[in-house]
Formats: sequence, structure tokens, C-alpha cells
Amino acid sequence: MKSITQMLVMMILVVGFGSAVEVLRPRGVPLSKRQFYEEDKPFTCLDGSRTIPFDRVNDDYCDCKDGSDEPGTAACPNASFHCTNSGYRPTFIPSSRINDGICDCCDTTDEYNSGAKCENTCRDLGRKEQEVLQKMAEITKEGFLLKQQLIQEGKNGQQEKQNKLNELQNSKKELEEKVEALRTTVKETAEQPEKEAKERHLKAWEEQKAAVQAEKDKNKMAEAFLELDDDADGLVSVVELQSHMELDSDADGSVSEAEAQALLGGVDRVDTAAFESVWSNIKDKYVSESQPVDAAPADATPEEIKEPVTDNDSDQYPNDEDLPEEEEDEEDEDDDYPEEDAPPTARTPEKKDENEEAMPPYDDATQALIDGAQKARENFEESERALRDMDDQIRNIEKEISFDFGPEGEFSYLYSQCYELTTSEYIYRLCPFNRVSQKPKYGGSETNLGTWGTWAGPESNKYLVMKYEHGTGCWQGPNRSTTVKLTCGKETVVTSTSEPSRCEYLMEFITPAVCQEPSSTDPQRNHDEF
Amino acid sequence: MAPSIDRMVSIMIALLFLCLGAEAVDRSNFKTCDQSSFCKRQRELMPGQSPYRALLDTLELSDSRITLQLINDNNKVRLLLELYRLQGNMTRIKINELKPLKPRYEVPDVLLNDPPTEPMTLVAQDVNSVVLSLGVDEQRVIVNARPFRLDIVEGPKVLLSLNSRGLLAFEHLRLRKDTISHKITSTVGSMWDSIKSVFSSKHDTDAEDGGGSDNAELADDEDGQTVKEEEDKPGMWEETFKTHSDSKPNGPTSISLDFSFPGVEHLYGIPEHADTLKLKNTDGGEPYRLYNLDVFQYELNNLMALYGAVPVIISHNTERTMGVFWLNAAESWVDISSSTSGKTVFGKMMDFVQGSNEAPQTDVRWISESGIIDVFFMSGPRPNDVFAQYASLTGTQAFPALATLGYHQCRWNYNDQEDVKAVDEGFDEHDIPYDFIWLDIEHTDGKRYFTWDPNKFSQPKEMLQGLMDKRRKMVAIVDPHIKVDSGYSIHNEIRSKGFYVKNKDGGDYEGWCWPGNSGYPDFTNPEMRAWWASKFAYDQYTGSMENLFTWNDMNEPSVFNGPEVTMHKDAMHGNWEHRDVHNIYGIYVQRATAEGQIQRSGGTERPFVLTRAFFAGSQRYGAVWTGDNAAEWGHLKISIPMCLSLGLVGISFCGADVGGFFKHPSTELLVRWYQAGAYQPFFRAHAHLDTPRREPWLFGPDNTALIREAIRQRYTLLPYWYQLFYNAYRTGQPVMRPLWVEYTEDPDTFAIEDEYLLGKDLLVHPVTEEGAKGVTAFLPGKGEVWYDVHTFQKHKGAQNLYIPVTMSSIPVFQRGGSIISRKDRVRRSSACMENDPYTLYVALSPQGTAEGEIYIDDFHTFKFETDKQFIHRRLHFSDNALSSSNLAPDSQFTTASWIEKVVIMGASRPTSVSLTTADGTKTALEFEFDSAASVLTLRKPGVNAGADWTVFLV
Repeated sequence: MKSITQMLVMMILVVGFGSAVEVLRPRGVPLSKRQFYEEDKPFTCLDGSRTIPFDRVNDDYCDCKDGSDEPGTAACPNASFHCTNSGYRPTFIPSSRINDGICDCCDTTDEYNSGAKCENTCRDLGRKEQEVLQKMAEITKEGFLLKQQLIQEGKNGQQEKQNKLNELQNSKKELEEKVEALRTTVKETAEQPEKEAKERHLKAWEEQKAAVQAEKDKNKMAEAFLELDDDADGLVSVVELQSHMELDSDADGSVSEAEAQALLGGVDRVDTAAFESVWSNIKDKYVSESQPVDAAPADATPEEIKEPVTDNDSDQYPNDEDLPEEEEDEEDEDDDYPEEDAPPTARTPEKKDENEEAMPPYDDATQALIDGAQKARENFEESERALRDMDDQIRNIEKEISFDFGPEGEFSYLYSQCYELTTSEYIYRLCPFNRVSQKPKYGGSETNLGTWGTWAGPESNKYLVMKYEHGTGCWQGPNRSTTVKLTCGKETVVTSTSEPSRCEYLMEFITPAVCQEPSSTDPQRNHDEF
Repeated sequence: MAPSIDRMVSIMIALLFLCLGAEAVDRSNFKTCDQSSFCKRQRELMPGQSPYRALLDTLELSDSRITLQLINDNNKVRLLLELYRLQGNMTRIKINELKPLKPRYEVPDVLLNDPPTEPMTLVAQDVNSVVLSLGVDEQRVIVNARPFRLDIVEGPKVLLSLNSRGLLAFEHLRLRKDTISHKITSTVGSMWDSIKSVFSSKHDTDAEDGGGSDNAELADDEDGQTVKEEEDKPGMWEETFKTHSDSKPNGPTSISLDFSFPGVEHLYGIPEHADTLKLKNTDGGEPYRLYNLDVFQYELNNLMALYGAVPVIISHNTERTMGVFWLNAAESWVDISSSTSGKTVFGKMMDFVQGSNEAPQTDVRWISESGIIDVFFMSGPRPNDVFAQYASLTGTQAFPALATLGYHQCRWNYNDQEDVKAVDEGFDEHDIPYDFIWLDIEHTDGKRYFTWDPNKFSQPKEMLQGLMDKRRKMVAIVDPHIKVDSGYSIHNEIRSKGFYVKNKDGGDYEGWCWPGNSGYPDFTNPEMRAWWASKFAYDQYTGSMENLFTWNDMNEPSVFNGPEVTMHKDAMHGNWEHRDVHNIYGIYVQRATAEGQIQRSGGTERPFVLTRAFFAGSQRYGAVWTGDNAAEWGHLKISIPMCLSLGLVGISFCGADVGGFFKHPSTELLVRWYQAGAYQPFFRAHAHLDTPRREPWLFGPDNTALIREAIRQRYTLLPYWYQLFYNAYRTGQPVMRPLWVEYTEDPDTFAIEDEYLLGKDLLVHPVTEEGAKGVTAFLPGKGEVWYDVHTFQKHKGAQNLYIPVTMSSIPVFQRGGSIISRKDRVRRSSACMENDPYTLYVALSPQGTAEGEIYIDDFHTFKFETDKQFIHRRLHFSDNALSSSNLAPDSQFTTASWIEKVVIMGASRPTSVSLTTADGTKTALEFEFDSAASVLTLRKPGVNAGADWTVFLV
């Protein structure tokens, strides 16, 4: 058994700057609790649970449930040991770290019986900490100044934006009125006359076409009559009709007498005048004797039907290629397709009846009305577009204003900025209030590591952590997300990135916006125990 | 870690052979018996009269060896049976072809040595039988000649019968028939399918006339008799599974034998299967399969093969425990059938009433693809006898360094050195002890083992030194597949030395694994193993230090694009096919690695190697875990029977990934798993790359506290764990035991698998149900008592005890009559606790006695063995006196540890307590007595833990 004879130790404490006093107290007891450990008096456990002789304090056996009788040994599972750490920061360690062979206290007092070779590093640590604190203090000071600027800039910016917003909202009203006025103008004063003139023109054209068609039909009928009237007796008879198989109305393979008679309107023969009504019944089926039967469209072979379509396509496609307009459309719509892969079906043009004659051009008066209306429409559309643009601007500003840029708007300067960090493999990009992304350094597409979610710092200051969520999904896993930790600094820069868990990224970001007002108290004072 | 396919996708997009994103095992990747042609052929053979006949006139008995020829009356092929009586009440039976065309594979290196034999004597012989005395306990072997059958009896009782169901079948080596007849056979293959069952059932009746087979060839055997040549069946000379074909140049080589256990209803063993502790009847279903495979997201409760195989079955009934060890490393299948399985409850009651005239019986049929029949019968009679017998054959559990029994923190992967440092600091910040932090495959430079990622782990020694300063350790993974890369010296050396496994055409075998195209060193080659071991030397393994240990994963071997995710059976290991050696590849990997670790310290330090694949004897080389489990309650539950099964067949150092490898555990599951894992031998948390981080402090302060407490309980009990492992090392007794091992006569314990014993003194019933409000623990032992280790409340044995539980409950009981030493001062690692004092927990039996041990050494070297530097003491309580006496007087070791406290459960209030030390000094001890709990606490005896002393209660 390793008995612990050195129950009381001399502690040297640095008070203020250099004046030292010796304070006797049991090992591991902080000065603040010294009064509970009075030599030669029974010791009462700090929880009051029992009282034991003083020689059982630090005798390496746990008597008190709260561990208070063994502040300097590892006997109690729940006790703590106080390191004075002169020259550095005093601290408590779990008593299980006493004499465990690992130097925990910089003053080496935790390893008094383990054989561990510890060196007193408190002064070193203290000096280093001092340096760090000083540097931090400087940074904080400068950072805080910068922050004030940022706040001011933020405020100005915010005001500007508010002004701009108001301005835009006012202009918007005007523009809306203008658009409404134009809408009326277009409809009533330009399009109505245009429409009427166009209709007039069209009607005249239709009438003209109808007259031409009627004439054509009449000629055709006369031809048919002559053709049918095989015996040239000036009458078309039942027998003469029967030779026209295409008129087989019951599809039994022959034109019976009754069928023919029915076609002739119940009589045996008709003259030219009476044929007019017969013709209207049969003209759709009638096949002229002068053309071969299998040329009839109804009997066309599938190949023949298909062929023109194919021809059409192959003919049309190269033509289209030559049209600059088409090319433009192509690029807009099918960005991803290489040109040669573009589906040909997309541009079969409307097929026009080649026999049909084109409508004659509008007369000058009509054309003038049309041009006027077109201009009015363009005017209207332009104003509408302007209104939409203005709406967008308003929305953007409203969106920007709606972001939580911190209690004093100090984070507003980060808006619409991006900050990059290049690692061995990737370029990371943080665009605050927007998104985080990662792009392989040597080619490859960008991965979204999350879009702006929310401030996610601790309750005491939520503005210390940003959370970006719903990035690109992971295979069999969650969507990527990024936590951005903000620390105070003079610059605005991403200092590190990591992926502690699959698809959960962590980014360290320095910005003056989180710098706190430097405390007026001297940081040195924290070094002493009082 | 696993061939989880997601990783491969990024590495090997071109491979489409696996089912991406599968939620559970894709069964179609693995063979059923029907898809493994030898299993199908063998299983079609129905029980009946055996065609084998023992030629008694060939019997030769030397002092300790009998040889006897067997003949198959169908094909006249002769077999040679050898029978040995082995020391320690064991019998070995080998059956091989008398004159094989070429040697058949006999598994080397698994047995510790040639097992020492004992003489046998011939007792009686007549025309149809021979009786031999096995020397002890009236044990005899009875060989029946026609049909051949072998019984091992003790007095009037048959212990074990071989071939009593006529399922001995030995596919002899043969020359492949000419191409034409082969073609004929192929074309009539389907015809064969329809007639072969008829044919096989006709073996006995139609044996001599050769009818029923038109295309049989005739040949003369050596006796000049005309015998029928067996026909080729589909799959004998080549076989295709999915896209993989197996060329089978040696043709059919499978073997089969049946064993009957009269009077036995409970069999255990043949791990590894994610199934019940008690083996199931396989009638009408798939047999148990033994074929080391990397099964992606394995399924629970089926008999598919997993990562390891130990071909040992243990039988148990109220009277006797026995074992059969089938020493064969080829793919094997085991059928179990029970003649009582179909009985109704009523039938069983009738048996009971009638005195159970109809004895139950369990039959086993063992089938292997190649090699010989080499069977060890371990006749018990007690469980500890079987464990000792098996240990005498294959060795005991390697005695691990104490630290390896602590808590292990693993994850695929800790990202870089900073991450390792942060996790290490996290443990201190949250005051949670741990001993090992682990690095998975991502720590390497492009999956080149023995290297470090130059960016993420650029200063491995600095990292290891940082851990060493905290008295902690690290494990880094070293897998057996080697990246084919001419810039990688390990690969270049193996290739130039010709150490790779070869493909059937003689080139280096290559397959896909983590690094992409990989070679597989031939670990069956002793020169290869010696070379591999040398690579662990500090000057060879750059960045390694003495606190760096090793994890061998993927050593089934796992070949992502191979048949069943493993190596082609026609790959060559020297002269042997992979088919012959498959199941021992993994043990060789672990062995070579462990030997490397021993060598690097000049033979002084105990190694630590974790393996996924294993075989009989793997216990000698380190620890095993149950592979890539999942964060599901079912996986937590199954970890108990899986580790119990391993313990029964020698492998005590077993654990399951705490938290579950795949998927994301609920906080409740994670906490419960820590609580269960703290009481299983190998205690490691692990997590898949794609799961969120789960270090113990990430689930809120309450859960951190629960996990901390579970881990702390583990650390207080380390002295007991260490003592149990010492015991396992010395005697082969499992550390984690089914209840029946200690309560052999209580059938209520025979199928229990939701609780277990650690040693014989701690009973653990972890909470493994979601939302549990209580558990019902069976406390065994009529007339015994058990004490709740947390409250010291006493409970009677032989009862089902309902225990209400909260999230902090871990139901654990200490047996009345035992003394367990603990170290209650939990520190941040086991090394920090090495000199700490002990508290003795004395749990009195109803008779007021108790007994225990304490074992102490330097906790990490072999000096306990080489220099007898250890303390092993007996702690004994009776007649109100507790004493410590030396169990190893010729050993010596000095410890700084002392006895700080003695807690006696079930005590009455003494008037005084005194301590007498070895020099005769007597001092009074202070004590406290809790009369409500009947617990007496002795204050600070203060004696050294290695000294003689006695405490008297007056």
C-alpha cells in the first residue's frame, strides 16, 4: 500500500504581483474551502452526511458520499482536485486524474506519487496565454471598431434600401397606371379597328374563294356527266352508274340496280339538270374513269403514306438549320442537347394546301391599322415588362431587408458576397445568407452543401453559428448541410472546413461582425484565484 | 467495415454485380444447398442401409491406432479408417480413400500438435463386429461390419453413433471420362435429374446388378470383379453460379457422414450464424452452412453462412455434455434433425408420465466439399471437460493485454489526426474512460495497407505519441487484399516473391476490393506468413509504434467481384485449390499478423489483432467480432447467442459493434447497446461511414451520463474480466457462458439466450427490448441465492424474477458463494488504473461461504508465462473468516495494489473485525453494517493484494 503521508502540503500562492504567502491546507483543497479543513478538528463532510477524524482526510479511503474527505487522492469517484497552477489559471480536475501517470495540472501537483515526470509549465502557459489574450484583445478591439463601421454601413445600406424600396413602390404605382391605360388604348383604340378591317378583308377573300370553288365544282360535274353518259344520250342511267364500283354503298362488291336507282333519286335516268342533286351525293366517292383505280387515296399503300412524311422531315430539317431564328430557339430551349441530337419532330411545319391560293395582301388602310395596333401592343408589353422588373427589384430588396442581419445589422455586409477556401482537394465557397458549395479543384461539378437556413448559435448568442441546409442529397444518407462557426477577427475569411460526419460539413469563418466589445477589466486579473 | 456497396460505387462504378442500395442481404448472391452441387448431391442421399462395409480382416491394431478398410459395395472403392484414442477422453476417427489418385487435403496448423494418444485393446471380435476398449470409464468402440457402423458406448449407453443412418458418402477422386461420354452425360443431365433420386434409394437393393443405368460403364476393380462405374452427375466437373464458373479439375470430391446422439435434444455450436444458441432442426429447410463469407447487411434468424466457421458441435443433456469436431476447411453444410421434434405437448407429457421410454435422439449430417473425414469425439462428460478437451486440440484463448478488455472507440472513419485528437479529448472532457481508438480503411494512402494518408495522417507518430501520453492505444486496419500497383512496395514484394494466390491458369489471382484491383497473398504459405509478420516491425511499418495494434477485416477473403463475394474455388494455394483451404484463409491472416506483433517487440509484448473471419483455433490469435451488423434491436439481441456460440467453441474474445454498424441507432438503442456491450467480452463501438457521428457525448447530458455509467461499470469489473480471460487461457473455459454450462441438470436453462453468465459468478440480463419497463430474468440454482450487484438485494435461485427497469438499469447479479474483485476507482484508461486498490465483493451463499480468485500481472507482457511473473490467489470465506491464499506459490510478482475495502453481502453484524497479516500482526478493522440490506463493509484492510492475510469476523 502506498500510504499518503504528505497530507498537508505547502502551497505558494502568488498574490497580486509577486508577494508570496504560504497557506497550509490539505492537498487538493481550493483556498475558498480551506476553512472547512481545520487540522486537529473532526472533519464534517461538506454535504453534512457524517463527521470523521481529521486524519481520515486524504487518507486514500473514501468516507464521505460527496467525496469531500479525499480532495487530494483518487479514493472517491466523485471528488475533484484543485490545482493552484501558480502563474497560470487555477483549475479543478476529477480526482481520478490524481496519480494516474498523466500530467494534468501545469504545476504538477496532481502527480505527486505516480512516478510520472511532470514539469511545471504554468509560467510558460501563463505567458503564452497572456500573449494569446493580448493578441485576442487587440483583434477584438480592432474587430470591434470594424464592427461599428459595419453597423453604420449596414444601417446606411439598410436606409438606402428602404428609400429605394419606397421609391420603387411609388414608381410602381405610376407604372401600373400607365400599364392599365395602355391596356385600354390597345384594346379599344387600336385593336378594335384592326380587327374589323382584318375581318372585312378576310370576308371579301372568302367570298371570292367560294365563287371560284363553285365554278370548279360545276365544271367537274359537267365532266362527270359526260363521262357517265356512256351512250351520250344526254341522260345518265342506272346501268351507266353500275359500272362505278366505288359507288357501292352497301359494300357488297357490286352496285346493284336498286343502289344505282337510289343514287339517281329513285328514277332510272337523269338529265343534266337533275344530275346536279345526284352529283352532290356521289362527288366524294366518284372516281374519274380517266385515272387508274389504285391511285385513289383510299388504296394508297402504307409505304406510300409514310414516305412523304419521311421525305418531309429529311427535307425540312436541313432547311430549318439554315434559318437563324430557328437556331436561336434551339439554343434557348434545348441547352443540353448537342445540335445533331436535336429531335427532328420538333419542327415539322404546318402543311399548307398547295392548291390553295394565298390571301391577297391587305389594302393600305387595313395595313396601316394593323401596324398601328402592333405598335400599341409593343408599347404595352414594354411597360408590362418594366413593371415586372420593378416587381423583381422590390422583391429582392424586400428579401434582403427581411434577412436577420444581426441585432445591429452588422452581418448585412456579407449579403451577396462569397468567400472561398481552397483545400488539397476542393474549393469551398461560402455565400452568406445564400449557400455553401464545394467544387473539386481539378474539374468536376459543384456540389451544394446547403442553402441558407437559420442562425443556430447557443441561446446566449445565436449569431455565432450559421446553418445551411437541404444541400445535394447523399447516397443512402441525408441531404448535405453545413454549420458555419463565426469567430471574431479583423478580416472576413473562411479559415477551415471539415466533414465531421458524412455529409455534415463544418466551416470556420472569421468576421469582425461577431467581435464583442472589449471588456474594460484587465484580463490579467483572471489569473488569480480571488 | 464492410463491402458496403455505396463505397464501391464511387470506386468501381463499372461493377454492376451487386444490388445497390439494398436494405437487407441480397440472398440471391449466396448459394442455397441446392445451388451448391455437392450439397445437393449429398443431400439427395436418404437415410437407409449404407453401401459401406468394414473389412474386418484388414483390421490392424497398433498400440494406440487402429486401421481398418471400408469398401463401398456399389463401386468397390476402398476407404481407410483410422481410429485413435486420444488423451483426455477423446477419440479421433479419420476416413480417407485407401488409394486416392492424388493426396486429399488434410487441414494443417489448426491442431496445436499431433494429439497424444493412449493405448486401446481389442475386447471381442466376431464375423460382423469388433469391440475395442478405450481404456477408461468402460468406454468402448463397437464397429459393425455390414453395413459399416461405429458406436462409441459407455457401459450400456450409446454415446455417439457414426453412419447409423447410412449417410457415409465419400466421392473418390476419379479421372474425367472422355469427352464423348461426358457430352452424353451432359445431354442426359436432365434425365438424370429425374432418375437420380430413384437411383440413390436403390443403392442397397440394386447394388450388384447394375440395372437402372443404361449408360453405365463397366470396369474391373482390383479383385477382378465387374463393378459399375458411377455416373457423372451435373455439377461434378464444373459448376456455374450466377456469372461465375468453377472449373473443378479434380471432379467430385465431397464427403459426408452422419452422427447420432441418443438421448440428446440440445445441440450448440457450429458458428457463425445469426441465429439461436440452440441449434435448430433443419428438416425441410436449408442446412447450417459453414463457408466464410462477407455477407452485406446480413439477416437475422437464418442459417446462411457468415464471416467465420468453427466446425464443432456440442451436445448436452442433463447427464452429459459431449462434442464433435469435424476438422475440414472446405465449404460445409450441417443438417440437424431430431426424432422428438414432431411431438405434441400431449405426447411429451405422456412420455414423462410413462417414464420416457422413448428416448429422444438428435441426428447430425455433416457434408464437406473436399478433404477427408477427420472427426474428434470429445466425450465430456461435463461441459468443462469438453472445453478442456477441445482446448487440448486447438488451443485456448490468447490471454489479452488488460487494455484490450477496456472500451474501444471506432468509426469508419476518424477523418484525420485532428479528429482523433478531438475525440480523444472528448472522452476526457466528458470523463469517460477508453483504451483504444480505431482507424478504418480511410487512414491509408489509397487503401494501401501499412501506409498513411499523406494529408490526413501525415504525422502518425505524433498522433500515437499523443495517445501514449494519455496511456491510450490505437488500432489501425490492415486487410489482406493488396492493391495491384507497381508503385506500392508491399505489392511489388509479394509479386516478386510469388506470394500471391494464383488463378487456375497460374497467373496471380486478382479480384476487386477496397483499393480496386487487388491481389491476395497466400497466407497458407508459411514463408508468406513469415514475410507478412516481418512487415509489422517498427522499421518496416512506417509510423507504427508500440501502442499501435491491428485489425484484420475482409479476410474471408472478401472479393467483391468473386462468386459469393469471395475467392474462386479453383484459385490455387500452392498445390491446393482454394476449395480445400477456404475456411482457414482468415485464421492464417490473423495468425501472421499476431506473430508480426509479437516479433516486433522481440517476443515480449502480447499482441492484439481483431479478425472478422475465423476457424477452429482462431482463439489463439486474438479477438473476433460479429461483423457488419445493423442498428436494430434484433441485432442487439442476437449478439448474445452469437457470442455465446463462439465461446462454446473456444473463441471467448467476442463482441458485436456497439450501436450497430449500418444505419443510425435511436438514442435508446445506443444506450442499451452500451449497457449490453459493457458486459460482453470485446467492447467496441463502431459505425458506418454514412451514419451520423455517435461519440458518447452527442446525445445530450442525460444519455452521456448513462453511457458513461455503463462504461464505468465495465472498468470497475476489469479485474474480474482479466481473471476470467486468464482462466480461459489456462483451461479453455469460456468467459461468456450459457447458463446450462453451470446448471447442467436444469433443462430450463438449456435454451436461454437472453441472459448469460460471465465466468460462473455474474449473471447478466441486459435490456434488449425497446421501451422496456422490466425484464424477467431466470435466476438458476435451487437452494442458491443471487445478489443484485447494484442494490445488493438478495434473490432466491430457481426462479423467474421480474425486474422493473429504467434507462439506467443493467440487470446483473452476483452468485451467492462468490467473491469478485473490482477496482472501483475508474480512471481514463485501464493503464491508469493498474496500481489502484481492489475492493472485494463477497456474496455469501446460504451456507455462509464464498470463494473467488484474484489474478494480477504486468497486464501486457508474456512475463506471466515466460518468467512466472504473476499473482494468482484464492479468496475464501467460511466460518466468518475471509482469507487470501496463494494459488501459484512458484510464481512471483510485486504489485502496488492493495485491498481498500471488503463488501460482504448476506452478512450479519459482527461485534468486531480483525485482520491478521502474514507476519502474524493483528489489527482491528473498522466496519459498517447496513442491517436493512445485510451488507457489511470493512474499512481499509490496506493489505497488499499479493499478500497472505485473513480477516476474522467475531
